[in-house]
Amino acid sequence: MTDLSIQEASDIARSYRIIRDKRKRRATITKHLFLAICSLVMVYPLIWMIVSSVKPDNEIFGNISLWPSEFIWQNYPDGWEGLFLSFTVFYKNSIIVTVLAVIGNTLSCSFAAYAFARLEFKGKNIFFALMMMTLMIPYHVVLIPQYLLFLKIGWVNTFLPLIVPRFLAGDAFFIFLMVQFFRQLPRDLDEAAMIDGCSPFKIYWAVILPLSLPALATTAIFTFIWTWEDFLGPLIYLNDIRDYTVPLALRNFISQDSVSMFGQLFAMSILSIVPIFIFFIFFQKFIIRGIATSGLK
Amino acid sequence: MKKFFAKNGPGYFFLIPWFIGFFCLALGPILYSLYLSFTKYNIFKPPKWIGLENYEFMFLYDDRFWKSLEVTFSYVFMSVPGKLIFALAVAMLLNKGMRAIGFYRALFYLPSILGGSIAVAILWKQLFEYNGVINTLLAKIGIEGPYWLNDPNYSLYTLVMLGMWQFGSPMLIFIAGLRAIPRELYEAAEIDAASKWKQFYAITLPLLAPVIFFNLVLQMIDAFKTFSSAFIISGGAGAPLDSLNFITVYLYNEAFAFYRMGYASSLAWILMLIIAIFTGVAFFSSRYWVHYENERD
Repeated sequence: MTDLSIQEASDIARSYRIIRDKRKRRATITKHLFLAICSLVMVYPLIWMIVSSVKPDNEIFGNISLWPSEFIWQNYPDGWEGLFLSFTVFYKNSIIVTVLAVIGNTLSCSFAAYAFARLEFKGKNIFFALMMMTLMIPYHVVLIPQYLLFLKIGWVNTFLPLIVPRFLAGDAFFIFLMVQFFRQLPRDLDEAAMIDGCSPFKIYWAVILPLSLPALATTAIFTFIWTWEDFLGPLIYLNDIRDYTVPLALRNFISQDSVSMFGQLFAMSILSIVPIFIFFIFFQKFIIRGIATSGLK
Repeated sequence: MKKFFAKNGPGYFFLIPWFIGFFCLALGPILYSLYLSFTKYNIFKPPKWIGLENYEFMFLYDDRFWKSLEVTFSYVFMSVPGKLIFALAVAMLLNKGMRAIGFYRALFYLPSILGGSIAVAILWKQLFEYNGVINTLLAKIGIEGPYWLNDPNYSLYTLVMLGMWQFGSPMLIFIAGLRAIPRELYEAAEIDAASKWKQFYAITLPLLAPVIFFNLVLQMIDAFKTFSSAFIISGGAGAPLDSLNFITVYLYNEAFAFYRMGYASSLAWILMLIIAIFTGVAFFSSRYWVHYENERD
């Protein structure tokens, strides 16, 4: 039996370690390279759109470069006034609808969630099951009857069909999200408040809500993004250009068939996603946590 | 009676918005939609009961319906697996405490959050124009790109790519799932000299099965409901040659372009059944391939 001397053994160990580290480093570099290429492919379309929004129109197509020969900033003000009405109107409409939808959804969903998470009443389990079942129903099935209903009560061509349903806790997903959150809060708080003579409403408002800001924020952020991007709802309910939200106005831009307005079209497209982008930058933490824990889109 | 309300009152009070929403905007519309699917209804005259005629026509004579199913299914079966595989691959790369993970995560997620917007659909359409960026790039490596948007053999791929571009949200869910797998398992496998590939299918895949399942169901339901991007890219009508006539697009046009509310309702019900069946199959089959960690068998 041959014994390795300590010296020999440590030499072997060291050379092994060097090889391993080298391999590891190479693997890390390959990984970063791969990810960098991926990121480039991912963001290239967005960057191309941004650049195209200031390119002369004849440089947009058949051209992959990301540097325009001259910067046509004029595309922005021209695009803003490019339709029959100015985008000021469309932004105003979008903001009205979105802000009210966010308020409505956050309030009404937290209302229902509080009942399901904290209060006892007859039929709770059945209602909860029904609520969860509405998660599965595609919007398209209720679309036509809802349209007929709103048509009948004269709400078509107003913002009401886009806003009022939000006040009626229609988003089971967020109710569920908040139920999960409320259940984690210690019950002692409610009991202490109840002993102090607080009504259930007071408990909801002064105890539960302030402690649930993360869940409320997640709901508000996603409602904001989805409402802002919503296309089908406005497409069906808003027919007068004065009521158009930004996505509808953008569609008008492309259906106008003017060949020479691509720069302006891109300029307005960029502006339309700026609010979402800002939200994303500021609330990244909430958004990423919201998805990772609950599978929001 | 008084006692009943004292006990249950607060719960019902908090559920009032949800009750109204549930009955007026979910349950009622669903039932009414079912009724309408057995009628002929053009809004101007009251619905006329025609029994199963809508379904009969749909299944026996309506080629456009079958085409829309083919398109929708092709889209789902191409985009969802592609998206999930890509999401998992990137999530695994991002998993192991690497530098700049937050940066990559945000970057890869960005398309998911912008992807539903009309701006991105417009961008996509321009990218795939015959003289657009994609073909210009292909020409650089000597490939003559097809007429993506006008050739029915290629048009669907543009949407599949748009779907896959938005792999960010399943990726985030995968990252969260991968974090939950105990490190010791990999360390033990490493000691037993198990190859990376072996580690992947003996540890990662089985332990990630619940997350894969969750992602699969969510993404499938979502893919079946694709509307805005298909609507914009196909010019609103599912063109060319119905190759982008997703069932949602078909339904929209039947209802709101041609006012065939009855027929559109039966399409909506078919869509709902398809989603229900797929979700059901996923849930049922999950028994055989998804094992939860705290479950003993």
